[in-house]
Amino acid sequence: MNLVSYDDALASYDPVMGLEVHVELGTKTKMFCGCSTELGAEPNSQTCPTCLGLPGSLPVVNAIGVESAVRIGLALNCEIAEWCRFARKNYFYPDMPKNFQTSQYDEPIAFNGYLDVQLEDGETFRVEIERAHMEEDTGKSSHVGGATGRIHGATHSLLDYNRAGIPLIEIVTKPIEGAGRRAPEVAKAYVAELRELIKALGVSEARMDKGQMRCDVNLSLRPNGTETFGTRSETKNVNSLRSVERAARFEIQRHATVLGDGGTIVQETRHFHEEDGSTTAGRIKDNAEDYRYFPEPDLVPIAPAREWVEELRAELPELPRVRRARLQAEWGLSDLDMQSVLNAGAVELIEQTIAAGAPADQARKWWLGELARRSNETGIELAEQPITPAQVARVCALVAEGKLNDKLARQVIEGVLAGEGEPDEVVAARGLAVVSDDSALGAAVDQAIADNSAIADKIRDGKVAAVGALVGAVMKATRGQADAAKVKDLILEKLGAA
Amino acid sequence: MTDLIKHTAAQTAAAIAAGTVSAVEVAQAHLDRIDAVDKKVNAFLHVDTEGALAAARAVDAKRAKGEELGPLAGVPLALKDVFTTKGVPTTCGSKILEGWIPPYDATLTTRLKDAGVVILGKTNMDEFAMGSSTENSAYGTTGNPWDLSRIPGGSGGGSAAALAAYQAPLAIGTDTGGSIRQPGAVTGTVGVKPTYGSVSRYGLIAFSSSLDQGGPCARTVLDAALLHEAIAGHDPLDSTSIDAPVPAVVAAAKLRDVRGMRIGVVKEFAGEGYQAGVMQRFNESVELLRELGAEVVEVSCPSFTLALPAYYLIAPSEASSNLARFDAMRYGLRVGDDGSASAEQVTALTREAGFGPEVKRRIILGTYALSSGYYDAYYGSAQKVRTLISRDFDQAFADVDVLVSPTTPTTAFPIGERADDPMAMYLADLCTIPSNLAGNAAMSLPCGLAPEDNLPVGLQIIAPAMADDRLYRVGGAVEAALNDKWGHPLLEEAPAL
Repeated sequence: MNLVSYDDALASYDPVMGLEVHVELGTKTKMFCGCSTELGAEPNSQTCPTCLGLPGSLPVVNAIGVESAVRIGLALNCEIAEWCRFARKNYFYPDMPKNFQTSQYDEPIAFNGYLDVQLEDGETFRVEIERAHMEEDTGKSSHVGGATGRIHGATHSLLDYNRAGIPLIEIVTKPIEGAGRRAPEVAKAYVAELRELIKALGVSEARMDKGQMRCDVNLSLRPNGTETFGTRSETKNVNSLRSVERAARFEIQRHATVLGDGGTIVQETRHFHEEDGSTTAGRIKDNAEDYRYFPEPDLVPIAPAREWVEELRAELPELPRVRRARLQAEWGLSDLDMQSVLNAGAVELIEQTIAAGAPADQARKWWLGELARRSNETGIELAEQPITPAQVARVCALVAEGKLNDKLARQVIEGVLAGEGEPDEVVAARGLAVVSDDSALGAAVDQAIADNSAIADKIRDGKVAAVGALVGAVMKATRGQADAAKVKDLILEKLGAA
Repeated sequence: MTDLIKHTAAQTAAAIAAGTVSAVEVAQAHLDRIDAVDKKVNAFLHVDTEGALAAARAVDAKRAKGEELGPLAGVPLALKDVFTTKGVPTTCGSKILEGWIPPYDATLTTRLKDAGVVILGKTNMDEFAMGSSTENSAYGTTGNPWDLSRIPGGSGGGSAAALAAYQAPLAIGTDTGGSIRQPGAVTGTVGVKPTYGSVSRYGLIAFSSSLDQGGPCARTVLDAALLHEAIAGHDPLDSTSIDAPVPAVVAAAKLRDVRGMRIGVVKEFAGEGYQAGVMQRFNESVELLRELGAEVVEVSCPSFTLALPAYYLIAPSEASSNLARFDAMRYGLRVGDDGSASAEQVTALTREAGFGPEVKRRIILGTYALSSGYYDAYYGSAQKVRTLISRDFDQAFADVDVLVSPTTPTTAFPIGERADDPMAMYLADLCTIPSNLAGNAAMSLPCGLAPEDNLPVGLQIIAPAMADDRLYRVGGAVEAALNDKWGHPLLEEAPAL
């Protein structure tokens, strides 16, 4: 299918989005039993009668799970239910032990909120939140023996129930209207902001690459200037910020293409493909899908006490948006500079580097300069680079003390990244201290003047700007270990141009 | 030895504690009795000879060391096959769980073991506790020891029959719509449905979660009370478990005094469908209560007539969800797994072969009642009826201490008589269902034989939630007065097996 261009799609249609984000809570134990939630354990080693759904087993609600849900709700400016229940969502799937998911239906714990997100140009867009509710994760199936890893063509399937029963919070937006051509950007910014929020609350690490945060992108188009929503597609499990943006963009183009050809959009789930950013059809969702929800009779209703909710509200940490504004002011950054810090994912790193003693401008310079460059080269996220904010702060200190210049500092960082130890160890091992000994420098300067007599003459004649060439020669001779400012002073002094 | 099997639990525990008999001797006597009569009765699905003797030896060893024994230490018990028992097969009367060995004990099982109770084995029941005759068991019908051609009630027919056949002095049942009380009534034994939430459901294989309640079965009111105290109490593993002290039911059972109590006769539990002999014995019981000094008044609970239809929407709805887990993936029966069938096909084939017709009927009923577009009309309305029934109870209990009625409209009917008529079968639970819907406490105890067929009639006593002690106070007094009148417990009139 040849897709119409993004611009052409937007010329005719107005996108409406709904985003559903599942967050795996970082509780120690599962939502309804005492099993560990630790990732990476031997398959089926973290199970019990309850999370295996054995006959006779019963659920008990994880109080920390409820507390986390309330805190997320409060941070999303939601109302917190005075009374709510769990419900059974009945459907069959082999990795779901009870063949119903214990979830919430018409009585979510949090509802009617919003999240303000900042777009790349600094503008704010308000995303309204329909609800946040608690539920449990399913087990994991792996299909073996086929070429694709999907169930079709597989000879058998393996089931791991370690994930079954891990607490999830599902956060559902109201229809996002009015974003226009920026819909994909809004989607990405929303998920990014939500991820920051979840991390700030400390309820989950919200690592999308580890499946701790998963996003479904629901999208429909309506002709520009009309009100009625079109039929939506539901692109499931879009698991990176970039993919969220790409999936929304692709679906806008795909819907526009289908509609433009006089076709109709089928209500279906779709799979997103990282390789080419496309989506393909999954299962059709017609009205025959019936989860037969009813209140979970094995659990008692949850009635969060108002005083408790207010206590949690009062104890909420500084939220990312507020914190960003504060840091921007403290660091004295322009909106644009702050945006580049955010885009690089360097806020915490810079903050910690400053906390370790570095000046704000230096901290920002190293993380956004040298380290960001290496992050781009290696494809390893900035935060995952094998250097700590404290180490960067130490490098800044060495520069400030005049013991390193920028060029040497880069080599020290290279050494730390290469696992050669602390900055001071790298300096010692590589012999990278700045040469500021006047006699040693004096000899190098004399040599440079002798080797470049023509340039020296120009300087003597008052063309001071030519000094750079001689400084370069000295720096080269000292393998970069000289203090450039000092070299310049020395040359000018010797040539009587000071 | 034959004496040992006729003793009450209280007598047996006292004899073991005094050292006049060992727990092993008691266990062996009951195992021998099971061996002798269970081919005829078919009360047991599994007899755990080794486990029972080991438990008995442990009690004897404890006594030998001079350690204190609990009030039921060494007393044998028949456990309904709906509770999980670690290492001992648990089928729920269904083919679909054939061969499943649970890896864990129900909380109730643990409490029995901790109390030194000797679990003899697992008793027969209607499949997944769905039925009133034990005919729905996948493992054959249990006979009523009063007349082996008749039903022992259900779903807990195996437990009630084991008591009446002197195979055990104590048994455990579960009561979702009458499955403890109705078998008690038709076998001339005592059965109690405690307040919902007072006996842990952890390890009770769910039929209808909001209605299921485990409870004691015995031959005497005092024995039932002793067992009640052993199994009741808060369990953190069951979220619906009530965190409050268990009412003093043993003390109440010993009181034998109903003077000053106000007792309500439920007007709606009479009339068409009630056997004459049942009503006669019931009316005599009411008269007896008056003679014993209670004040008897008539009470009307108009919503009770809606209880049966509401129950047959709520229970199947919950069952349709509870039984969804039997998909052949992790345990139990697996049919058609020949390497070419898909998971869905294996599940379908397994359910086809593994579930009996009544279970299938209720799964279909419940699935329909919960489906979108019908939920409000069916499940939603049924829940409203449930509220109305609770209000009727509240109103009645504002005026009286307990309510009384016949436990079941008729005496034990012949095996096969109602097997093809589900509606007739459902009527057996007409009087018992309201208590399940309201979650309060109720007891059935023998009040005589119906003159027309010489079969036991049950008197039902209903008390408000968490006032279970009132059941035992009234039940203990009635039992004592009737035994005085008859000169012996009713069960002694049962024919020898």
